[in-house]
Amino acid sequence: MKRIYLDHIAGTPLHPAVVDALLPYLKEKYGNPQSLHAVGQEALQAIEESREKVARLINAGTSEIIFTSSGSEANNFALKGLALAHQSGGKHIILSSIEHQSVLHSAKNLEKFGFSFSYIPVDRYGRVDPEDVHKAITDETILVSVMFANGEVGTIEPIGKIAGICRERDILFFTDAVDAVGNIPVDVKALNIDALSLAGDQFYGPKGSAALYLKKGIRILPFIDGGIQENGRRAGTENVPAIVGLGKAAEIALEEMESRAMRVKTLRNKLIERLPQTAEHVFLTGHPEERLPHHSSFCVEFVEGEAMLLNLDMQGISASSGSACTSRALKASHVLLAMGIDHALAQGSLVFSLIEETNAKDIDFLLEVFPPIIERLRKMSPLYTQYLEEKKK
Amino acid sequence: MIYSEKVMDHFQNPRNVGTMEDADGVGQVGNPVCGDVMTFYVKVKDNRIHDVKFQTFGCGAAIAVSSMVSEMAIGKTIEEALKITNKSVAQELGGLPKNKMHCSNLGADALHKAIENYQEKQKAKENPPEKLKADKSCRCPYCEEPIEGMEKYCEICKVELEDCPECNMPMNKKADTCPHCGATKVRV
Repeated sequence: MKRIYLDHIAGTPLHPAVVDALLPYLKEKYGNPQSLHAVGQEALQAIEESREKVARLINAGTSEIIFTSSGSEANNFALKGLALAHQSGGKHIILSSIEHQSVLHSAKNLEKFGFSFSYIPVDRYGRVDPEDVHKAITDETILVSVMFANGEVGTIEPIGKIAGICRERDILFFTDAVDAVGNIPVDVKALNIDALSLAGDQFYGPKGSAALYLKKGIRILPFIDGGIQENGRRAGTENVPAIVGLGKAAEIALEEMESRAMRVKTLRNKLIERLPQTAEHVFLTGHPEERLPHHSSFCVEFVEGEAMLLNLDMQGISASSGSACTSRALKASHVLLAMGIDHALAQGSLVFSLIEETNAKDIDFLLEVFPPIIERLRKMSPLYTQYLEEKKK
Repeated sequence: MIYSEKVMDHFQNPRNVGTMEDADGVGQVGNPVCGDVMTFYVKVKDNRIHDVKFQTFGCGAAIAVSSMVSEMAIGKTIEEALKITNKSVAQELGGLPKNKMHCSNLGADALHKAIENYQEKQKAKENPPEKLKADKSCRCPYCEEPIEGMEKYCEICKVELEDCPECNMPMNKKADTCPHCGATKVRV
């Protein structure tokens, strides 16, 4: 069976050139970058070259990149490290209500240390209104965190405006850009971003490769104490193969981002246009235009996400969902609920996120197998039966 | 695959799916907040479950559990059917992932509710009761968290509540069907 992978947001496949670049560092170039000898220095040079490439991708300075093990680590690092380092200025932090769990749970933990949080709502497209951020700022506010783009609904946030407001008020601005970097242009200087997280597995780099950008001169509490790696801000022997892979992926992304985006966007647009036509009560979630180029997300009424995913998987299609049943916590996506989508509809969430290899045939196949799956599941859905009975009345 | 072969078989080829016009008992459990809604219909003949139909809105496990429960119930006496437990259903299915065990609770509950509905109807036939008036519960029908005071709003589910015009129990203001008595509101 042919596999059609439409789960970019869970992680992209590796670009072949990334594999070629990192393999020597799993084999013969095994040195520890902190060693003085030639084997170590070879590895050191490799990670510093990677740092330059990652910095270039987001228009940062080389010394402003701190490598981490995941986007979640970078988010934890930013929230906790900045909050604790800047608490003398106040203990109030502003977050969007649709932040990633790694940001929201970091905030929960910071509450134990006396920090308080304001959560900014989003509109029905999942967009934060910069004016709401402005209004939430108090004299105690030290940090604002709004994600660059949301992985569940694809919506891109007005980051430049929000960051501009923070810069004016001299408040730190952090953005979780894990879903954005490498897929859409991100320029930390032009956008006035103080801190940003990114992850390689969202743009054809390896899993376990990620970074925190921190503007030069901003204090942060080290996340892992120990040696002098990453300038003492994140100790621990560097994951050289992952870092080399991240650098290569960043280099390729800078060159190919635009053409990649154009290609997947054409196919994605077709999916957004056609999927809701294949069955009744299928709605697009997230912003119709201001969204990640590879991202399409829907809510299918009267059916549950996991049941759809299993059926799609049997047809070889890999997708994801924000339904309660697919999450181990058995809670519907906080993003969809924040957008005002009710619980029942949120259970029918489906995300198809395209990758470079996706082609027109894949999309056609999905459009072909989707309606019978929905029809079958609706036939056994008491909610659909209730709806039909009401319609009759 | 996260599910056993048997679960996948029942998910792909669920037995006894559908509704029943002339059911002797109907029971619905669950709500969309936790992800599953199951409706069971039973037909009873000579104190035995003669036929079962079900409809399920839910994940793979929920659908497989419903199918298995329906299969297990048919042919059993009322007393035997009431003894079907979440454990026995999960066992018959060759096990369920830990975080899906609650689905098997729902399956057995829905069947039992349908049977209880049948038993109530039987009783009602024997001695017609005065109109039932439900006592007002001060718990959210969706998450079962207590609702404070007169507030018609559940802090946990963030749903606005109002009293069902039929049974007076709290229901989602935006919902069309009461989760307690199944009464349907007229769409305005």
